[in-house]
Amino acid sequence: MDWIFLSELTVNGALTGLLYSLVAIGLVLIYKSSAVPNLAQGALTMLGAYVVLAFSHNLGWSLWVAIPLAVVIMFFVGMGIERVALRRLAGRPIVMILMMTMGIDIFLRGTTLAIWGGASRSMNLGVSYDPFFLGDMLLSRIHIVGAAVALALFVGFLLFFRTRLGIRLRAISDDYLASWSVGISVERGVGLSWGLASVVAVATGVIWGEVQGVEQSLSLLLLKGLTVAVLGGLDSIVGAIVAGIILGVLESVGSFYLDDIVGGGSRDLIVAAVLILTVMIRPHGLFGRHDIERV
Amino acid sequence: MFYRLSGVRHNTYVSDSRMFPVPADRNAVVFFLLLGIAAPFLVPSLYLNSYMLPWLIWTAAVLGLNLVTGWAGQLHLGYAAVMAVGAYSAVHAARFGIPWEFALLIGGLSSSVIGSLFAFTALRVKGLYLALTTLAMQFIMDWVLNHSPAISGGSHASLQSPPFALLGQEITSDAGLYYVALGWCVLVTIFMLNLKRTGLGRALVAVREKDFAAAILGVNSFYYKAIAFAASAFIAGITGALLVATFYFLAAPEQFAVNVSIQVLAMVIIGGLGSIIGSYLGAALILLMPGVVNQVFSGIAELVGLELGIETLAHIPNAAYGALIVIFLMVEPLGLGKLYANVRDYLMVWPFDQLKK
Repeated sequence: MDWIFLSELTVNGALTGLLYSLVAIGLVLIYKSSAVPNLAQGALTMLGAYVVLAFSHNLGWSLWVAIPLAVVIMFFVGMGIERVALRRLAGRPIVMILMMTMGIDIFLRGTTLAIWGGASRSMNLGVSYDPFFLGDMLLSRIHIVGAAVALALFVGFLLFFRTRLGIRLRAISDDYLASWSVGISVERGVGLSWGLASVVAVATGVIWGEVQGVEQSLSLLLLKGLTVAVLGGLDSIVGAIVAGIILGVLESVGSFYLDDIVGGGSRDLIVAAVLILTVMIRPHGLFGRHDIERV
Repeated sequence: MFYRLSGVRHNTYVSDSRMFPVPADRNAVVFFLLLGIAAPFLVPSLYLNSYMLPWLIWTAAVLGLNLVTGWAGQLHLGYAAVMAVGAYSAVHAARFGIPWEFALLIGGLSSSVIGSLFAFTALRVKGLYLALTTLAMQFIMDWVLNHSPAISGGSHASLQSPPFALLGQEITSDAGLYYVALGWCVLVTIFMLNLKRTGLGRALVAVREKDFAAAILGVNSFYYKAIAFAASAFIAGITGALLVATFYFLAAPEQFAVNVSIQVLAMVIIGGLGSIIGSYLGAALILLMPGVVNQVFSGIAELVGLELGIETLAHIPNAAYGALIVIFLMVEPLGLGKLYANVRDYLMVWPFDQLKK
C-alpha cells in the first residue's frame, strides 16, 4: 500500500464528502427551525438543477443569469411548499410529516421528469475535466469547486445566523413557544428556512449536475445527505460539514478495501451502516443537541 | 328497517364487546365476503388475476404494516425488506422440495427473526430515528439481494418459483390462485379484527399513545413492541411468499426495493392508520391509480389535441401518486377509513337524525 494513493483516496473522499454536506446543510436548515426531516431535499436538488437547465439550455441564456434566476424561483418554491403542505401538519404525528415530505418527493420527481424528461444531460459549468495535480495526487477540479462552494455556504450561514434575521431563526429553533410570545413570527421563520434550503438545493443541483449529469439519480443523494446530517447532528451546520468529511473519507477508503471482499458496490453499504450505527450509539450525532427523546 | 340501531341493546359486557356491535356491519361484511367468494364466476379471469388477486395480497401486507405502524405506533420504512426475507426463504424451501404449507411457514418464521432485528432498533429509538434506521436496513437488504447470487438466483437475479400446491394438490387455475389469496387475506383480516378486542391489541394501542404512560399501567412496552414487529413480520413474510407464488411466479430483488416499502406505507396512510376497511380501500386506490391516471391523461391529451411524449405519460402516474399522498394528508389525514366511517355513521341513523335539525 503506498501512501500517496491512500492520501489521494482520503483527500478525494473528503472533497466528495463536502459535496454530500451540501445536501445535509439543506436538511439541517429545515430541521433546525421546524423539526421536520425533509425527505424531499433530494427531489428539490433535482428540481433546482432542471430549472437551471431550463434557462441555460432551453432558452440559451448564460449560466450567470440562469443560476440567480433559479435561486429566486426555488426560494419561492420552498416557501410555497412550507405554506401549502407543511404548515397545516404542525403538531401532527411524525409519521404523517415524514409521509408528507415523501409524497412531496415523489410528486416533485414525477413532475420534473414529466416536464423535462429523464435523459441525462450535462450542466456545462465550464470547469475543466483535466485532473488537478497536488504533489503526486490527482484531484478532480469540479470536486474542488464544489467543496469550496460548500465551505462558502457554511461560512455564509455562520455569518447569517449572527444577523438579526438569523438570530430570529435561532430563537425559533431554541423554543418556538417562547419566540411566539416575544413576537417573532414563527411561521415566517420556518418558511424562510424552507426557502433557504431550496436555495442550497440549487447550489447542490448545479454542482452534482456537473459531477454526474442532470438526471433522476440526483434525488438519490438524499440518503447520503441524511446520513451526513444525522451523523453531524440534525440541527448543527458545523456537524454537517465535519460529518460530510468523515463520511466521504470512510466511504472512499472503506470501499477501496471492502470492494475486493464483497465484490463491488460497498459504498451504499458503508453509508447505511454509518446511519444505523450513528442512530444506535449516538442518536443526537456529533454536534447535535442532547434533548432527543430516548425510549 | 332504515334505522339500523333499532333493537340493538347491549345488556352485558360480553355482548357489548362483540366483534360487530351493530348487526348491519356484520351483514355488510358477510355480503362482501360472499361477493369475494363468488368473484371468479362474476369477473373475467383477466381482471380476477391482474386486479383482484394482487389487491387482496397487498391488502394483507398493508394490514401487517398497520399492525406495527397503526396499532403499535412504530414507524417502519423497511417493510418490503421483511417481505423479501419471507419470499426468498419460502421459494428456496419450496425449490428444495419442502411442501408449500411448510415453505410458507418457514418464510413467515424467518421473516419474524429478521423483523425482530428491526424491533431491536425500536427498543432504543423512536419516531424519526426509528424511521431512518429501518430505511437504512431496507437499503442493506436491497444490497444483499443484489449482491449475493446464492440468494437471488444466479446472474440474472431471478428465482423461478415452483408451482404452488396445498395438501398435495397443485393449484394452477386462475380461480384456485385467487382463492389462495382470498383465504390468506381473510385470515389476516380476522386476526386484525379480533386484535382490538384482546389484551394484546389494547396493550399495543397503549404503547402507541404514550409509552411511559403504558409502562405506569404495567404494560411492558419493550415486550409489546417486539411482539408487534415479530407478528407483522410474520404476516409480511407469508404475504411476500404468496405474492411470488401466486402473482409474480418469479422472485426478483426489485420487487422488494425501497420504493415498495414506501408504497405499502402510502397505502397504510391513505387507508388510515389503524383502520381495517381503510387498508382494503388504500391498497385498491394505490394499485388502481396509475392505470386510471394514464387513461385520463391520454384521454385529455387526445381531446385537446396535445401531443404528450411517451416519457411524459410514463412519469405522470408518479406525479399523481405523490400528489395523492400530499392531498390526502392535507385534506383527510385519517384516510379513507375515516371517510368510510363518516358515511357509515351518517347512514346508520338515516333518516331520523336529519329530522331533528
